[in-house]
Amino acid sequence: MKRSTQVTLTSISLLLLAAAIWWASGNLNSYYSRVANTAAIYITAAVSFNLINGVVGELSLGPNGFMALGGYTAAILLLPVAQKEMVYFLEPMVWPLGSFSLPPQLFIVALLAAGIIAGIGAFIVGWPCLRLKGDYLAIATFGFGEIIIVLANNLLSVTNGALGIKGLPELTNLWWTWGTAVVTILVVKNLVNSTYGRAMRAIRDNEVAAEAMGINVTKTKMIAFVVSGFFGGVSGALLTILISTISPTLFMFTMTFNLLIIIVLGGLGSITGSVLTAIIFTVLQELLRTVEAPFSLGFIQLPGVPGMRMVVFSALLVVLMLYYRKGICGSWEFSWEWLLRKLGRKEVDQWNQPMQDQY
Amino acid sequence: MLKVENLEVYYGGIHALKGVSLEVQSGQVVSLVGANGAGKSTTLRSILGLVKATSGSILFNGEEITNLPTHEIVKRGLLLSPEGRHIFPNLSVRENLLIGAYLRKDSPGIAKDMDQVYQLFPRLRERLYQKGGTLSGGEQQMLAIGRALMGRPKLLALDEPSLGLAPLLVKEVFAVLQEINRAGTTILLVEQNAASALKIAQQAYVLETGRIVLAGSGSDLLNNKKVRQAYLGG
Repeated sequence: MKRSTQVTLTSISLLLLAAAIWWASGNLNSYYSRVANTAAIYITAAVSFNLINGVVGELSLGPNGFMALGGYTAAILLLPVAQKEMVYFLEPMVWPLGSFSLPPQLFIVALLAAGIIAGIGAFIVGWPCLRLKGDYLAIATFGFGEIIIVLANNLLSVTNGALGIKGLPELTNLWWTWGTAVVTILVVKNLVNSTYGRAMRAIRDNEVAAEAMGINVTKTKMIAFVVSGFFGGVSGALLTILISTISPTLFMFTMTFNLLIIIVLGGLGSITGSVLTAIIFTVLQELLRTVEAPFSLGFIQLPGVPGMRMVVFSALLVVLMLYYRKGICGSWEFSWEWLLRKLGRKEVDQWNQPMQDQY
Repeated sequence: MLKVENLEVYYGGIHALKGVSLEVQSGQVVSLVGANGAGKSTTLRSILGLVKATSGSILFNGEEITNLPTHEIVKRGLLLSPEGRHIFPNLSVRENLLIGAYLRKDSPGIAKDMDQVYQLFPRLRERLYQKGGTLSGGEQQMLAIGRALMGRPKLLALDEPSLGLAPLLVKEVFAVLQEINRAGTTILLVEQNAASALKIAQQAYVLETGRIVLAGSGSDLLNNKKVRQAYLGG
């Protein structure tokens, strides 16, 4: 297929998405638009998390830490100064954070700052860990996530501790969340198909051979990890501003667990899989609220059990690992060729495709 | 071209190489033969910087490359096709080949070399968009060699290219290696299949428990009584 055809098809579908968002912003009630926003945020977080876990094959357990970094960065930057004096009543906010705030028009600056701070966090964790082979990254990133939460609880003059920050301007809307999701997908997809991405997948397949081919393994992993951290931070910022409050409990290890479920269910390494399961997961999380509500079986009354949803998800994960190990998509990736082939418009001979991409 | 002097390597507590010295002249095929655990692969891996040398020196075109990071060594034109057909199973055949050219930036040259690899291994062309892991053992070995050639190495190091291949394929692989050598690539070959490896070598070394015990031209070693007894079955 010609590159121009692909660009046209992608542009058309983006326009359709824009139309859908435009319609949704006017017509969805606040509950449904909250769900739609959350789905997009989960897409951003999952696709970026998948880059390091699925594409490079390095187990990271710290996306909650990066999201927390992003969330706090955005919250601190966007909370109005007057509000800061009210919220930080235990200990006044440290200078200069307490004396300025970004106007709502500069939301994008806050989002970028959130991504950059999280990216720097990823760099600091990755610098020592990514030059080692083995499970060190998993341990270090797990520790990193916990450290961020401990810091958030105790750095009263920056994070307001366990009380958290309230009264953030509600700037997140469908345009921001879905726009970010689209940008994340495009960036990650292009990265995966670039020379660096090929090197990342080569590292996942066989690290020693990749090294022997002249790939700078540490640097390549680092690029993936920092990009992953950046978009993780942005998604954390979007989530924080969406619910207009942040406290250390928002980004506990459960967040990482949710994201792990999403990328494993979707298929490690598959962007399509991450996107689909992020949506499915968000919707299921809402539908399964019923299992947490108290209900009666006629003769006995069962009280509501908070957290019951996670039991269902865990069971789902176990079943999937037993019978469908590769996830929904495996390593399959959506492409326009595939769609056209399915529609029967054109029979494309798989083995004799003309080379489309540049060397 | 390549000069290794008194190379010593420890693997954990094991003294794997006890002062290996060897030389590869430009344009030659040099074979390194020996039994299992003699240190053949370790020698290659430490030349490539995949294993850190404890002492000794490795000179490539007069430049000290001892313990440089691997990607720096590859940049200088030394490429290894690792033992056991380390191809990338989830990458397509074409992507596998492109990874071989990872450090090159000259697109037209890469395209030209792709064509050359197809001519050398027509079967790879038929399987271009298939995943590497779905190839047969022999095809994977061809892919591994082709991938190494894509880096346009000045010196191509091969670790057991005939491992696990049917006799007919072994012959084919060795014929290809000679062809590559004739086209101007220097080859450093590590093999258990001593007979074939010595036959095509201008210079050869016999390794035993981390030491070079014999050196000479390929044909000399082929006719050497000790070598015949130990490695060629009488």
